[in-house]
Amino acid sequence: MLLDVRNIWVSYKGIQALRDVSLHVNKGEMVALVGSNGAGKSTLLNALSRAVTPQKGQVTFNGRDLGRLAAYQVARQGLLQVPEGRQVLADMSVWENLQLGMLAQGRRPAKYTLEQVYDIFPILQERATQIAGTLSGGQQQMLAIGRALMGAPDILLLDEPSLGLSPLMSDQVFDALIRLNRQGLTILLVEQNAFRALECTQRAYVLDRGKIVIEGASADLMQDQRVIESYLGS
Amino acid sequence: MLLQQILNGTVSGAIYALFALGFTLIFGVQKLLNLAHGAIFMAGAFIAYYATVQGLPFWFALLLATVSTGVISVIVDFVAFRQLRKAGHAEFAAIVTSIGVDLILMNIAQRVSNTKVLSFPFGTFPVKFYNILGLRTSLLQLTILGLVLVLVLALAYYINRTSFGRQVRAVSSNENASALLGISAPAVYRQTFFIAGALAGLAGVLIGLSFNSIHFMMGEPFLLQAFVVVVIGGLGSLQGAVIAAILIGIIQSLTIAYLSSELSTAIIFALLFVTLLFFPNGLFGRAGNYAGGSRR
Ligand SMILES: Nc1ncnc2c1ncn2[C@@H]1O[C@H](COP(=O)(O)OP(=O)(O)O)[C@@H](O)[C@H]1O
Ligand SMILES: [Mg+2]
Repeated sequence: MLLDVRNIWVSYKGIQALRDVSLHVNKGEMVALVGSNGAGKSTLLNALSRAVTPQKGQVTFNGRDLGRLAAYQVARQGLLQVPEGRQVLADMSVWENLQLGMLAQGRRPAKYTLEQVYDIFPILQERATQIAGTLSGGQQQMLAIGRALMGAPDILLLDEPSLGLSPLMSDQVFDALIRLNRQGLTILLVEQNAFRALECTQRAYVLDRGKIVIEGASADLMQDQRVIESYLGS
Repeated sequence: MLLQQILNGTVSGAIYALFALGFTLIFGVQKLLNLAHGAIFMAGAFIAYYATVQGLPFWFALLLATVSTGVISVIVDFVAFRQLRKAGHAEFAAIVTSIGVDLILMNIAQRVSNTKVLSFPFGTFPVKFYNILGLRTSLLQLTILGLVLVLVLALAYYINRTSFGRQVRAVSSNENASALLGISAPAVYRQTFFIAGALAGLAGVLIGLSFNSIHFMMGEPFLLQAFVVVVIGGLGSLQGAVIAAILIGIIQSLTIAYLSSELSTAIIFALLFVTLLFFPNGLFGRAGNYAGGSRR
């Protein structure tokens, strides 16, 4: 088990955003986390990245308790998040963004070289000297993923990578993620578009108002009456 | 005569630039006003003075003052800002805590110097004058210009071309995203505070030497002036700070030569208002550089 999350609770001043959430991701898996807006998906990824501090619960990654690590230290362990809204460094060039991505590698061996990242997303090479803020949404998403790959991830957490992208662009992004997973990268994918997420993952969790309410094989969830009604409807 | 004043003004402006660079660097990264910056500048002059009086060579005193003020600045961050950062929304509290540090440092200096105005012993820096193209200049002025030029270029290289500089810019534009990339904001803070303090301390020594006057309150007018420099140049903009500082040095020198020394402060503030009329974000500022813009 690469990532083991046990009984995580998170609250923001009065709002209980996560209640007793447990999940796990095995090495090489691609797992989906779906749920409607405000369910707590981003909060969960941020709790794993230690961008928010859980009140209770334990996160074990690569056999190591992430305990009291700071967010930047978690990233250096190889748990890398591509945050919601991409968060590229808007006034720096594409190349500079990718170079910054390399910092998470720390003393661990590299997994993807700059050339490999350029092979996966050729547009990044074409636009290497362009200021990231001037890229289209889809290109920024590719940059955010490419930047995370430069940091030698053991697992990649993606927060709604297709948000705001054209159908064509989101196809390209999903294709790249599926290929990366086939080549061995472990992925935890957060999506609002549940059908999309269930289609390309092996297992899935459904989060509702801060609690995991359904979990199982993605193929089974697509047949599940509750999932169809709440998330795949119409 | 005019060119002479412009030269003298450029030399003062170059020193102001050292002071303002550190101030704007901290603002750019942290969105915090470090009001202890003036006291750190003063501490630089004091450390170099006492080291010189103890018989240490001047170059060593200068180095010692620069490194020590860098360390003092890191300690200021630790004492006055670190806890506030953890709590978030530190802008107002940071003003109070940094004034506190400012007062403590000034009090110490006042005690140490018995409230006296100190000056470097005669001959601390070789007194030599040159005539270049009809302009009278001194070895000290040339040294200051050369030193500031090298430091500004080195800082520009550091910020724009090195991995550390990228990390500084990343933390200053989006601290949360930077953390997810494995960038240690505390390390960035430590290094920027060190650089800012060292530049301020060095500026203190150079001012103490140029005006031959060192006293415990010497930093305060410079702090006020750094506000003006930083606002005219554009908050958080390093090139803006350098250009605005030199501009202010020249205008000050011309005002004193042709009008009166009492007017120089009024004219500088008038310049501030005129600049803001046409460039609300300063000469090189962008709206995003303002406080609170991207802290969360
Ligand atoms: N920084 C925050 N401060 C206060 N409440 C927050 C914050 N972030 C999220 N929340 C609240 O926590 C809940 C879960 O939000 P979030 O994790 O962003 O959901 P999702 O990503 O599934 O849309 C929501 O009710 C949201 O309003
Ligand atoms: Mg979200």
